[in-house]
Amino acid sequence: MNVRLTGVELLHTNGQRALIIPEMHVNRGEQVALIGSSGAGKTTLLRLLASSLRPSQGVVTLFDQDPWMLSGSIRQRLRARIGLIHQAPPLPARQRVVTAVLAGRLGQWPLWRSLISLVYPLDRAGAAQALARLDLEDKLFERCDQLSGGQLQRVGIARVLYQAPELVLADEPVSAMDPLLASHTLKVLVKDAQARQATLITSLHSVELALNHFPRVIGLRQGAVMFDKAAKDVHPDDLALLYANEQLSQAEVHPQRAQATVSRC
Amino acid sequence: MLNAPAPRDPAAWPRLLITGAALLLLWPGVALSEFDIFVLFNGANASLMADFLAGFWPLAHDLAFLAILGKATLETLAIATAGITLAWLIAFPASLLATRALSISALHCHGSPSWQGRLLRTVVRAILVVLRSIPEIVWALLFVRAVGLGPTAGVLAIAITYGGMLGKVYAEIFESVPNQPTRALLLAGSSRLQAFAYGLLPTASDEMISYTVYRWECAIRASVVMGFVGAGGLGQQVDLSLRMFAGGEVSSLLLTFLALVIGADLISRLLRETRL
Repeated sequence: MNVRLTGVELLHTNGQRALIIPEMHVNRGEQVALIGSSGAGKTTLLRLLASSLRPSQGVVTLFDQDPWMLSGSIRQRLRARIGLIHQAPPLPARQRVVTAVLAGRLGQWPLWRSLISLVYPLDRAGAAQALARLDLEDKLFERCDQLSGGQLQRVGIARVLYQAPELVLADEPVSAMDPLLASHTLKVLVKDAQARQATLITSLHSVELALNHFPRVIGLRQGAVMFDKAAKDVHPDDLALLYANEQLSQAEVHPQRAQATVSRC
Repeated sequence: MLNAPAPRDPAAWPRLLITGAALLLLWPGVALSEFDIFVLFNGANASLMADFLAGFWPLAHDLAFLAILGKATLETLAIATAGITLAWLIAFPASLLATRALSISALHCHGSPSWQGRLLRTVVRAILVVLRSIPEIVWALLFVRAVGLGPTAGVLAIAITYGGMLGKVYAEIFESVPNQPTRALLLAGSSRLQAFAYGLLPTASDEMISYTVYRWECAIRASVVMGFVGAGGLGQQVDLSLRMFAGGEVSSLLLTFLALVIGADLISRLLRETRL
């Protein structure tokens, strides 16, 4: 068992419930897509799994360990086994792509090696290889602020490919890419996870991408799991219910509720 | 149309009142400080001042004086540079300890670090406050007593005061630049120093460099002032020349300061424009 949630509940600072998941597990090597309208709790769930949010109640188990029962340094070592792909890649504008990709293995490198690599990138071949899988090898020595949004997203993905973590979490990893590129990039992610027997959990806006690339799909609505089934069993009615937009029809009455967003640490 | 009276400015009265109040409040300050500009112009003072100022031209440029000037300039630069280097050695580790930007515990508890972290940061910040709250001239006077006349006192005084200033400002620079890169790295299991080097430094280095060079420029000026209390360099030379009413020497020395400050400005610009 790779990931397990038991009786998990997460509250916002204002006391509003963001997520409630009585039971969920993802086995090692599984590929799962998370879908649901915005504000359904996809990002919150991913951040719980990345040990970036602590559940208000219940237990999140990662690799058979509860990260919140561990000491700080052991938790950092656990975090090195998890790769999180952010929707907006958190890359310093002035950093070169090669350095941004190599930063993926900081959790595995000793300090001296990281500091040398900052001045003179040591594993250039490794970074180039990760970028080549996303057709970006020609950008190796460019600066991050010279790339487009879609290219930056791919650099963020290349960083996690280079990190090669046991658990890959991706938050809308292809939102800034055109459909063709998005499909290709997802294929790369899925193939990488399959080859390494790594677990992949991805939130996606596009239902089509989720159904085409992932064997298992979890539908989230208002912070709860609405369905959790094999992609081939997902019925159009499930999707209609998942995205039935009562918020929009209520938006005129309760404008704040429609905008309620996850509080971010 | 032409004869219509101009609309009354509603802000006119309040502005007049505030100006009046400000003048009323400022006058006692002038009186209390016994400031009297006219003392410059009366009788003996005026002619003394005129003679002294007339002596500013021509600039002193005989070889013997130039040799002294060169040596004093080098000494001043050495004091400022050594002082800033030592200050940096104090400030850099202290700023890493003092900044909230590298808190791992702030990753989850809604951005607020653990109490142990907060305590450590408060202690380090308090130390930095103590270091910089005592002016460098006072430290210089203390060190002149302790290690004797000469540049060492100046170097130590700059190191301590400027260490406090650099440390505080570095820590605040780290907190003001975007923190997503650092947090993402911490969340991927990197240590604080690694996250600093890969997430913060690329964005913060520009501001750090410009502030450090600016402080170096300030250190040059400060070392001049400390020269008056015997800490060596150009300041000591200015003190001597002033006492001897050697106006030409004073103006040469002042021009040298100007050149040093312009030089510091150019270096700062050069470093900021160099993109690696």
